[in-house]
Amino acid sequence: MNDPLLIKYFGNIAEIVGTHEEQLQLSFNTIEQLRNQLTERYPKLINLEFNIAVNQKITEGTITSKTITELALLPPFAGG
Amino acid sequence: MTMNKKPKNIFIQGPITPNFIANTIAKHQSKTSIGAHNIFLGQVRADELNGKTVEAIEYSAHEEMTLTAMHEIREAIFESYELTCMHIYHSLGSVKTGEICLFVFVSAPHRKVVFKALEDVVERIKVVLPIFGKEIYSDQTHQWKVNN
Repeated sequence: MNDPLLIKYFGNIAEIVGTHEEQLQLSFNTIEQLRNQLTERYPKLINLEFNIAVNQKITEGTITSKTITELALLPPFAGG
Repeated sequence: MTMNKKPKNIFIQGPITPNFIANTIAKHQSKTSIGAHNIFLGQVRADELNGKTVEAIEYSAHEEMTLTAMHEIREAIFESYELTCMHIYHSLGSVKTGEICLFVFVSAPHRKVVFKALEDVVERIKVVLPIFGKEIYSDQTHQWKVNN
């Protein structure tokens, strides 16, 4: 059994999910697998554009970090 | 990447006031090697959509990631341009139309470098910082802003 992971949501993602963060039991090796698990849980995410940061680094493909302290779902940026 | 310095805070709750900007300028009077300042101010625009007008933007951010990314931008900018100093402030929370949400201030001994450096840093801020903006319309509906 994996330990629950801290997952943070931002912008319109937080709005759709209904929280800014939660702990989830997830099991994945790639960003693709993680995306699939999240969209299964929150079907509305399928229409949204977002990047995933693993330990505060935007990540694609295979996840190499051994220890994950934080996942973050980041919609398109709007600073300035 | 050097991690010897703690990233500086850039966040200000609510709008960046003209008074704050004036005070920041005034603080540079003692730095007499400076011969040129350049300032960029981002202001919340009253965009229209289907007859509705934006009244405010509510900013939020992944704050830690933003400060780390800003620290990396700062290091890259100081490596590329001969600046004396650079100050960056971005709003969090609600900023009404006509108010200032971004303040970028670069200073150098001579003028040419401050024009280039300012544009470079503002463009990077728009692309790299995980900051999010909820545009609030007059009828209290909203839309999420996206930089292009």
